[in-house]
Amino acid sequence: MIHIEYLLIVSAIMMFAGIYGFLTRRSTLAILLSIELMLNSADLNFAVFNKMLFPAGHEGYFFAIFTIAIAAAESAVAIAIMINIYRIYKNISVDKLEKMKW
Amino acid sequence: MEYTLLILLLPFLSFLFLGLCGKWLSHKVAGIVGTLSLGAVAVLSYMTAFQYFTAERVNGVFATLVPYNITWLPLGNLNFDLGILLDPISVMMLIVISTVSLMVHIYSFGYMHGERGFQRYYAYLSLFTMSMLGLVVATNIFQMYLFWELVGVSSYLLIGFYYTAPAAIAASKKAFIVTRFADMFFLVGILIFGYYTGSYSFSFAPEIQYASDATHFISVDAAKAVAAGGFILPTALVLMFIGGAGKSAMFPLHIWLPDAMEGPTPVSALIHAATMVVAGVFQIARLFPMWINYAPDALSIVVWVGVLTAFYAAAVACVQSDIKRVLAFSTISQIAFMMVALGVCTEFTTGHHHVGSLGYMSSMFHLFTHAMFKALLFLGAGCIIHAVHSNEMSSMGGLRKYMPITHWTFLIACLAIAGIPPFSGFFSKDEILTACMAYSPVVGWIMTGVAAMTAFYMFRLYYGIFWGKENKELYAHHTPHEAPLTMTLPLVFLALVTLGAGFIPFGHFVSADGMSYDIHLDPTIAITSVVVAITSIALATYIYKGEKQPVAEKMRAAMPRLHRWAYKRFYMDEVYQFVTHRVIFAHISKPIAWFDRHIVDGFFDFLAWGANALGFQIRGLQNGSVQRYAFTFLVGILIVVLLLIL
Repeated sequence: MIHIEYLLIVSAIMMFAGIYGFLTRRSTLAILLSIELMLNSADLNFAVFNKMLFPAGHEGYFFAIFTIAIAAAESAVAIAIMINIYRIYKNISVDKLEKMKW
Repeated sequence: MEYTLLILLLPFLSFLFLGLCGKWLSHKVAGIVGTLSLGAVAVLSYMTAFQYFTAERVNGVFATLVPYNITWLPLGNLNFDLGILLDPISVMMLIVISTVSLMVHIYSFGYMHGERGFQRYYAYLSLFTMSMLGLVVATNIFQMYLFWELVGVSSYLLIGFYYTAPAAIAASKKAFIVTRFADMFFLVGILIFGYYTGSYSFSFAPEIQYASDATHFISVDAAKAVAAGGFILPTALVLMFIGGAGKSAMFPLHIWLPDAMEGPTPVSALIHAATMVVAGVFQIARLFPMWINYAPDALSIVVWVGVLTAFYAAAVACVQSDIKRVLAFSTISQIAFMMVALGVCTEFTTGHHHVGSLGYMSSMFHLFTHAMFKALLFLGAGCIIHAVHSNEMSSMGGLRKYMPITHWTFLIACLAIAGIPPFSGFFSKDEILTACMAYSPVVGWIMTGVAAMTAFYMFRLYYGIFWGKENKELYAHHTPHEAPLTMTLPLVFLALVTLGAGFIPFGHFVSADGMSYDIHLDPTIAITSVVVAITSIALATYIYKGEKQPVAEKMRAAMPRLHRWAYKRFYMDEVYQFVTHRVIFAHISKPIAWFDRHIVDGFFDFLAWGANALGFQIRGLQNGSVQRYAFTFLVGILIVVLLLIL
């Protein structure tokens, strides 16, 4: 039996790797990947808590499935935005995207 | 008497129908719909009157019926009700309004023939009729005020019916603003009344209020009841009278009525002669029990305003050249007669010596007869204008040969308003003069003098239109002809009413306290007034009948200034112009506008400027870098988490 802490540590590592990637990457695509990483760490948490603490219930799994669906939709939208950005700037690096201010 | 609700509903439905669907209706259909609904209203009103006046009297008085009364707006214990109240004066008004309105509806078929906006015209007429009927059957002052304003609006719409004519637009605005200004006092009066008595009903009995007062949210305690009886009630009543004076064109709020003649002539007959302008008289009659019980001294204000107005309007009417203006000033003068009659009513019992309470009955009687013959005069004037296409007396003359029906009916109305027996005006005016004489000989003689002037200017008008020199070039170009049947029929009907109305035993139906009594003609006063009227008519005949009028020319030359002043209506409009433009606009409105523009607006401009400047300072945070935002967000989250943990 794997202890719950080990599973949560994996999830925490995934989360902070995602945050780090989100803050430091320049490529919009890499940022999108980081977001996916964070979402997956949350999914993992849902699954772990469901399995370990409330084995009789299924809500955690359902939430994980919802999140996966939302993540799919969100990446579709994000990629569409990126294509549009690319058409305008010929580039998808975030530090060039400074039009959206004040 | 549940069917009385239909009297209000039918014109309202016809207003909605004609107003909303008028576009798709032909002129004929629209006119027929309007006239039929009014015909039904007239039939219902006559049924109501018949049923009401044939019912059994209770203690010698016709019972006051309230077939409908719903609480329209509940406000704690002070409710605004809407309903129908039937008592002798409201039933009498139902007859007057529905009769004149029906006649005007029929007449307009001919008069407004082919006019643009014919359907709209009938829609407005229905709206007006509905409002006026609602006003007279009101169960409380608040409902009266509601319909009072509706009447003002429909009058505004009808005066401005020819909306492409600048004069009509100006007149409609003037009428609306002047009456609205007066109505403001009416509203203040109502609010004062409601606050101190805790109800909007027409009767006020402090002891009953006091006894059942445990739950009143406006507590009518003993002190308030005393105040209401002592000083508050007269104040409220006088304020309400100002509203009534505005609607009834009493001096100095009369200035809108002569201009209101810009509207179509049948409208003048309906609104500005027979019905709406007597609303002020009706209001005082409705509140009369309170006037006589709590503010008998304030009634002298009504008397003197009435006397002044009657004299002023009669003097102006003697020199006007526009026939509708003459009739307008004559209306003002006659309404002032009714006001005076109400004011001179000093007793509230119809006992053996009934002279003191005669004023109330005679005022209502004159209202009734005047509505009929003044509507007749206006409709006759409409026929004349229809024939010669001008309002000016100078383009008329000698019309009696061309328009016999109009001529004879007009003559009947002139004799009635002059006070010649057996026409209706004689009986009602004689009662008014009797009441005035009993009140004070000064008032009595002034009013007799005004009655003489009435006879004079009406016959000046009559001779100017139907006798005298023919306007040859105009008649050769366009021969005047008698109006179509739809227009002459109402004339004949109203002339018959004018002939017969004087013999109605009016005292049996309407009197101050509701008790029946017979009208006695006071022989000295009757003979005096007839002699005075005949003398005036003879004088007018002498001066104005001929083709040339040397006497009139000489009189004008002898008193040029007086003539000019009277012709210019004693410069009342100029006085208003001066007061509003030079005094109020220049010295009050302008500084206030400056204050608004610079101080009030300036303050808010400063606030906006401050927010703008602050935003400019902190906009650096919004630098457009998504990752910077995310980092800030993360730091914020961490701080919140830390705070939660600690």
